[in-house]
Amino acid sequence: MIAIFFKRILLAIPVLFAVASITFFLVKAAPGGPFDADRAVSPQVLKNLNEAYNLDASNWEQYVDYMSGLIQGDLGPSFRFPGRSVTEMIATGLPITFELAFYAILIALLLGVLSGVTAALKRNTFLDFIPMAIAMIGICVPTFLMGPLLVLIFGINLEVLPVSGWGQLPGDKILPSITLGFAYAAYIARLSRGGMLEVLNQDFIRTARAKGLTERMVVIKHAMQGGLIPVVSFLGPAIAGLLAGSFVVETIFQIPGLGRFYVEAAFNRDYTMILGTTIFFSAMIVFFNLLSDLASLMLNPRSRDSS
Amino acid sequence: MNNNSLWSDALYRLTRNRAAMIGGLILVALIICAILAPWIAPYSYSYQDLNLGASPPSSDHLLGTDILGRDLLSRILYGARISLLVGFVATGVALVIGVSWGIIAGYMGGRIDSVMMRIVDVLYGLPFIIFIILLMVIFGRNLWLLFGAIGAVEWLTMARIVRGQVIGLKNQEFVLAAQAMGVNNLAMFRRHLLPNILGPIAVYATLTIPQVMLLEGFLSFLGLGIQPPMSSWGTLIKDGVESMEEYSWLLIYPGITFTITLFALNFFGDGLRDALDPKTSDN
Repeated sequence: MIAIFFKRILLAIPVLFAVASITFFLVKAAPGGPFDADRAVSPQVLKNLNEAYNLDASNWEQYVDYMSGLIQGDLGPSFRFPGRSVTEMIATGLPITFELAFYAILIALLLGVLSGVTAALKRNTFLDFIPMAIAMIGICVPTFLMGPLLVLIFGINLEVLPVSGWGQLPGDKILPSITLGFAYAAYIARLSRGGMLEVLNQDFIRTARAKGLTERMVVIKHAMQGGLIPVVSFLGPAIAGLLAGSFVVETIFQIPGLGRFYVEAAFNRDYTMILGTTIFFSAMIVFFNLLSDLASLMLNPRSRDSS
Repeated sequence: MNNNSLWSDALYRLTRNRAAMIGGLILVALIICAILAPWIAPYSYSYQDLNLGASPPSSDHLLGTDILGRDLLSRILYGARISLLVGFVATGVALVIGVSWGIIAGYMGGRIDSVMMRIVDVLYGLPFIIFIILLMVIFGRNLWLLFGAIGAVEWLTMARIVRGQVIGLKNQEFVLAAQAMGVNNLAMFRRHLLPNILGPIAVYATLTIPQVMLLEGFLSFLGLGIQPPMSSWGTLIKDGVESMEEYSWLLIYPGITFTITLFALNFFGDGLRDALDPKTSDN
């Protein structure tokens, strides 16, 4: 098991290296320099700028320079916000995005597992149909529509919750977290229902019931352990989706997190910021996929033995 | 029902599934509307009546007008062209890459297979949405690039599904017989393998279309997808959000259209899966 873990980490390093290199040269291939955006700069200033940011050097030299910085955790200066480094900006935005993602996942897990398990246990009753219908809505209404609709209903018409911000007004974290979490609650509900249905028909559940365990014990101790494996393996890839969702949610609710920084950097053509955040996001996603794979391995005794 | 082929059997089951049929009908209606948009739309998508400004639904403008006085119904109809086009073309791109990749990996087996599937595994773990954004930023917001970029992301699962199917087929007698007769690889893929895996491919393709449309909507919402004056449903929703406080219909109608379409695609896709593979239909 530990061997697998280390093997996967060893594989992740060259992958991240390749991602960093490809992104670097993609950004270099972009037409237009970072400083010829809105206002024209005099040639002398441009020359000084290029010198200051080491843009005169050959691509290869810049690449070696960037990569050696990267290893030390230095992602270079931001082109748009002079005097601030990309690493610094990531460090400011990250805690906010993490908090948002954490609440969202919490909501998704609570709501999703609860309704999915209930639906599986009460199969073909209205306790099954109604949550599953709501889950279908959650899958079909995209985050970028759900967010504005929630704002329209709770923020503008009912005026019970703030429409934007993060941590400034009481309750302003509620709508963003629900917006981001709802779609995942829907997926998790469907996955846990499917997983539970599969497990509930198996022999070991019958054995557990036959030896006189209460239904509650059967469900919690025996069925859920196997039935929720699909949910655990879903969580890794879900992190990538949460990230994309955070772009939308942070834009809608004007939250100063990493997602909004990224979208703004994309608009401003702040190339070092794009490059840095892309590499950072990739590393994070690779890491979370690793964790979720490991967790599914640990939960599933069959794959544990065969490894 | 004795001599029915897989397809007529599936068609029978599909027609019995009410949700799937309603979904299918909505889709057909939408596709017809999208194709006929220039003829059935009451106004041009770019015609502005600035005197009108944003006005609520009325008999002249069934769904109202936007801030520039453009007819919302017409814009939704024209938007359908872009949104559906992205959905179908990008899925087509994903289909071509994924199916070829999966057939080759599955049929060749051995080292080729393990290298090809390793690549898929690695690509799975990468944040592709970010790469699409990167591409759109670097190379401009080009419609064809968007098709290619989205298609290039969505093929991974297709490759896995196809590979699994091909491995199941590989050792069956008709494939061995064809091998014995010296059929070359290309003919083997086209004549013997592909027709036998069309079912799962069709199912997965139908379920990929809504994902692709969501992705396009997501990009357009961020302002990185379709650029004005062209509009997709994603850009209409984006515009609607900007003015939803005063003119809520600008958000609600495009939103409803988009959601209904996704519902229809999902129900039809689920129905198709159940029809082609009755074993999985129970959960």
